[in-house]
Amino acid sequence: MSATATPPRPRHRPPRESAGSPLLLGHGRLPRALAGTALVILAAVWLLPFLWAIATSVQSEQAVSAPGLSPFKGAFTLDAYQQILERGDVPLWAFNSLLVAGLVTVITVAVSTLAAYGFSRGTFRGRRSLLAVTVAAIMIPPQLLIVPLFQQMLLFDLVDTYAAVILPQVVAPMMVFILKRFFDGIPRELEEAARIDGASEFRVFWSVVLPLSRPIVAAVAIFVFIGAWNNFLWPFIVTNDSDLMTLPVGLATVRDSHGVQYVSGMASALLAALPLIVVFLFFQRRIVNSVATTGLGGS
Amino acid sequence: MTTTAPPGTGPWTGPDTSRTDGPRHTGRQRSLSAPGSGLVFVLPFLLLFVLFLVWPIVQGLWMSFTDSSLALRDTAFVGFDNYAEAFGDPDVWSSLGNTVFFTVISSVPLVLVALAMALLVHSGIAGQWAWRLAFFAPYLLPVTVVTLIWSWLYQPDLGFANQLLDTLGMAPVGWLADESVAMWSIAALTVWWTVGFNFLLYLAALQSLPTTFDEAAALDGAGAWRRLWSITLPQLRRTTALVAMLQILASLKVFDQIYILTKGGPNGSTRPVLEYVYDVGFTGYRLGYASAVSYLFFALIVIVSLVQFRLFRPED
Repeated sequence: MSATATPPRPRHRPPRESAGSPLLLGHGRLPRALAGTALVILAAVWLLPFLWAIATSVQSEQAVSAPGLSPFKGAFTLDAYQQILERGDVPLWAFNSLLVAGLVTVITVAVSTLAAYGFSRGTFRGRRSLLAVTVAAIMIPPQLLIVPLFQQMLLFDLVDTYAAVILPQVVAPMMVFILKRFFDGIPRELEEAARIDGASEFRVFWSVVLPLSRPIVAAVAIFVFIGAWNNFLWPFIVTNDSDLMTLPVGLATVRDSHGVQYVSGMASALLAALPLIVVFLFFQRRIVNSVATTGLGGS
Repeated sequence: MTTTAPPGTGPWTGPDTSRTDGPRHTGRQRSLSAPGSGLVFVLPFLLLFVLFLVWPIVQGLWMSFTDSSLALRDTAFVGFDNYAEAFGDPDVWSSLGNTVFFTVISSVPLVLVALAMALLVHSGIAGQWAWRLAFFAPYLLPVTVVTLIWSWLYQPDLGFANQLLDTLGMAPVGWLADESVAMWSIAALTVWWTVGFNFLLYLAALQSLPTTFDEAAALDGAGAWRRLWSITLPQLRRTTALVAMLQILASLKVFDQIYILTKGGPNGSTRPVLEYVYDVGFTGYRLGYASAVSYLFFALIVIVSLVQFRLFRPED
């Protein structure tokens, strides 16, 4: 994960470079005003659920149960947040999520970059057929495997362990394919020099190829992390112990056990939403570039 | 073959120069030209791949020919019975119908709204950073956060949606309780949640488009609309094919938000195939039958992927 910390951070640079060609709209007043209005309306619609949730979360349950469209129906209070933090399960689930998503990311990135390098530069027999199988596996929706995977975990006696949550998530054929394509594009001359100097194959990978691949590795890491952080179905199926639950799974149980407490529901939701939103604020440009680079999402 | 291959439009994806195994005449690569070399790099991946992908696939396929159950110890081979049963099971067909319906009503706006957002943001209006955040932020939310927020918006008595209707003097709607409305409500939530990703794909594509045609047309006096229709949109055709392909495949796999919000109800009207698999397997304990339904659905997804790949094959 340290890969995300190193690159130079263009902080708060006004996005002039990505502002696009003003030609698209021309310099006419009218199209510009229309586009601006449409944009503001769309953004307002998109932000509204957040704002409504925030407004709800800082009132009392009693106040919210009064009718009316006004978002504020009672006095401002942070009671709900305080109660959640005191109860402690949301912070615990957040820690579990961080642990699970962090380990899934580290393992996936390590395993996938190695495999991609092997596929790109290796000459072993069966390389092409193994690669074809890996690429074909991209099509398999992971949801289809839950039933046999669950049986497998029963067999290994891993149900309700971190290992059960993490291990099945680290197989990422798509990431291997993306990395392999990138490695293919790196000129081999650079490696030759190192080989002539007697570097081992791993050393070539580590000191020559990886440093040249930082952007793509960061992109892969970011999407694996988002995917693992938000993954619901698998962790939901293999964890029953509340102490092992990740945030998405834990929150689902909160809703099931006392469904009508909207204020604490919104406060929990917002607390759970916060970490990735903050990450996005910090790494916005990198994340936007990642989408462009890899053309895929987490799941 | 790579049906869900990434676009290759990004600045990093170089040409696929994957070489053939054959010629080694250049005498390079001391260590890598030895037989078996490079395999060791692939081994960890291969091990995990076999354990957590190949094994479950084979195991699931085997189970689909048995009456395997979470409740029973011993299982018997039943041949194609599960598959035969699935074809005659009205719940399979209705959940398939729901899945297709959801895919249609969610994919269309997920592509069009994303395109509209990207075009608007790309027009260069100040505050790029804020627009991106507004449209992409929901994509970063875990599904349970999304469903918590929206179940409150859709709440029958006090939720925002019905309060708004009430203020406008209209009758309340059973957003998640009315059979004819529930799937639309879920589609709306899904558009809000995931459109940001398609938006970024479009935005990235727009930023990498050559502007020369656009400029030439502008010099010739073509208006903004005309240039949008005749130049920008055609230039985006490949991106649209990609976005549509990824979106249709993603929508077919819908499960999480529906399971949490309605458990497939009311009256099965929102139950997608994957939830039926889950219900049969984990609630009804019939793992064998659940596996058979899974594999039929997987076959459908493969067919859809292949058809899409044929239709949208990017011409390059």
